[in-house]
Amino acid sequence: MAEQDWKTNRRVFAAVSLPTLFWVIAFFVVPMAIVWLYSFGENRGLTEIDISGTLDNYKRATEWLYLTIFGKSFAVAALVTLICLIVGFPVAMAITFASEKWRPWLLLGIMLPFWTNLLVRTYALMILLGSQGYANKGLGALWEGTSWVKTLVGLQPLPTWEPVQLLFNNFAVVLGLVYVHLPFMVLPLYAALDRLDRSLIEASLDLGAGHFRTIMRIVVPLAAPGIVAGVMITLIPALGAYLTPDLMGGTDSQMIANVIERQFKKANDWPFGAALSFLLIYAMFILIALQSMRRKVPEVH
Amino acid sequence: MALFARTPRAPLEYSRTLWMRLWVGAVMVFLYAPLIVLVIFSFNDSKRNVVWRGFTMKYYEKALGNDQLVEALVNSLTIAALATIVSLALGAVAAVMLWRFRFPLKGAVDGTISLPIIVPEICLGVAFLMFFTKGLNWPTDLVWPFNLGAIVIAHITFCFPFVTMVVRSRLATFNREQEEAAKDLGASEWQVFRDVLIPHIKPALVAGALLSFTLSLDDFVITYFTSGPDTITFPVKVYSMVRFSVTPEVNAASTLLIALTVALTFVALKLQGVKAIAETH
Repeated sequence: MAEQDWKTNRRVFAAVSLPTLFWVIAFFVVPMAIVWLYSFGENRGLTEIDISGTLDNYKRATEWLYLTIFGKSFAVAALVTLICLIVGFPVAMAITFASEKWRPWLLLGIMLPFWTNLLVRTYALMILLGSQGYANKGLGALWEGTSWVKTLVGLQPLPTWEPVQLLFNNFAVVLGLVYVHLPFMVLPLYAALDRLDRSLIEASLDLGAGHFRTIMRIVVPLAAPGIVAGVMITLIPALGAYLTPDLMGGTDSQMIANVIERQFKKANDWPFGAALSFLLIYAMFILIALQSMRRKVPEVH
Repeated sequence: MALFARTPRAPLEYSRTLWMRLWVGAVMVFLYAPLIVLVIFSFNDSKRNVVWRGFTMKYYEKALGNDQLVEALVNSLTIAALATIVSLALGAVAAVMLWRFRFPLKGAVDGTISLPIIVPEICLGVAFLMFFTKGLNWPTDLVWPFNLGAIVIAHITFCFPFVTMVVRSRLATFNREQEEAAKDLGASEWQVFRDVLIPHIKPALVAGALLSFTLSLDDFVITYFTSGPDTITFPVKVYSMVRFSVTPEVNAASTLLIALTVALTFVALKLQGVKAIAETH
């Protein structure tokens, strides 16, 4: 049914629009505008900032150091998204085609970590990956096992096991981000696969295509909107991730959010931090614009 | 092969293939192993978290005896409760506005309301830091619970768009004839809202409330920037404990929070069923 013109019922419109508009403007648009204004400012003294309209902050952001950090953040976020997609797709398939009895429990299994506190999950993963943690012990046991098998068949045993550094490096950041974002990917994929017309898959199989070919040629194209949604839902927070690189990364694993944070805490260069924040927001806008452009391409049937 | 001779697998029963089961199993292990290890070791009578040295509750006693940690937990729950209540009201009202009316600049308003979902947390955190310190000179020495005001405001801003999203998709299934019937029978706008619309969107309100509560309780980055020097929340406290001195107390406190999440999830299950919850995400 058609929407009502606001003029036909001004009283009700005022009642629903004024609180919303007030909140959005006062506590979202204004704070964002302040950041935007300060990004054109410069430090004068310790706490004084002068909004002078300078572009220096943006110029500084295009220095090689910051460009590489932006590039690296993109690369890490893209890699995380790709891994989540590869790992998550079969899981979403399994949930979609699971029996009525099992499906809710599998979904719950994916959602429970999604609802668990991010910091708690990151911390839990850190315990597991620590040099004394179980991941290392497991690898150690595998190593010893291989060594034992080698001696058994008369070869030189392997050198003694040294615990590997699994934490505080780029590997840990990627693993941590995958761990945190996997549910984000699985849920939209499942939502898309669940809507799929199963008779199309059956038709493809009946006509002689194998399972792999059916998945690649029928399921994936039909689930494309869900895949795009999952990719965006994973890519965007991964790009702005702060906690995982901060806690699990090493000195060379900083992502853009960590650099922004440093400008506001240790480096105390708020204008530059504001400029970096807005560059990150612009990057998000570009990603979203690309996605909506893709959506407008007429679909071929 | 006789060992596996059960009912033959239908072509679309992908979840019954062996490799699919292994895959899902491995993913579940990946998702849950860290949490399970964390929970088990919160009961471990050893300082270094490595070897099992017997069952103890002493880290729970320590965690609950740690005034700062308890204060942080109480703060977080208070913030989450307040933010949820306001987000629900604001989110529902915004959803009704976008669903019912046509007005100038509607596209822009709609986009701006959902922006806080997309804008990276760090940018929102920075914005609130600047807003409260440079823009408002927000006092940081208020008495409890007013010292939580800034954090609550920040949390509402990023929670209510989720409520709007959920409520709006529920409103799309509302049959306006019900509203017209109520009006024909003499109901006022307010009565229609209270007795017809609210009951229809109730499942979405429940989902929205749970979503807001969890998002608020979960948030670290925005709170980290918004909170003054003397206000701590649970994630901020755990962060400093993890960052500067890992103690088994953190395990105990985290386990308590995991237990709370599981409890909330089961409340949601009781209220809605798994399927409805899955669809809200």
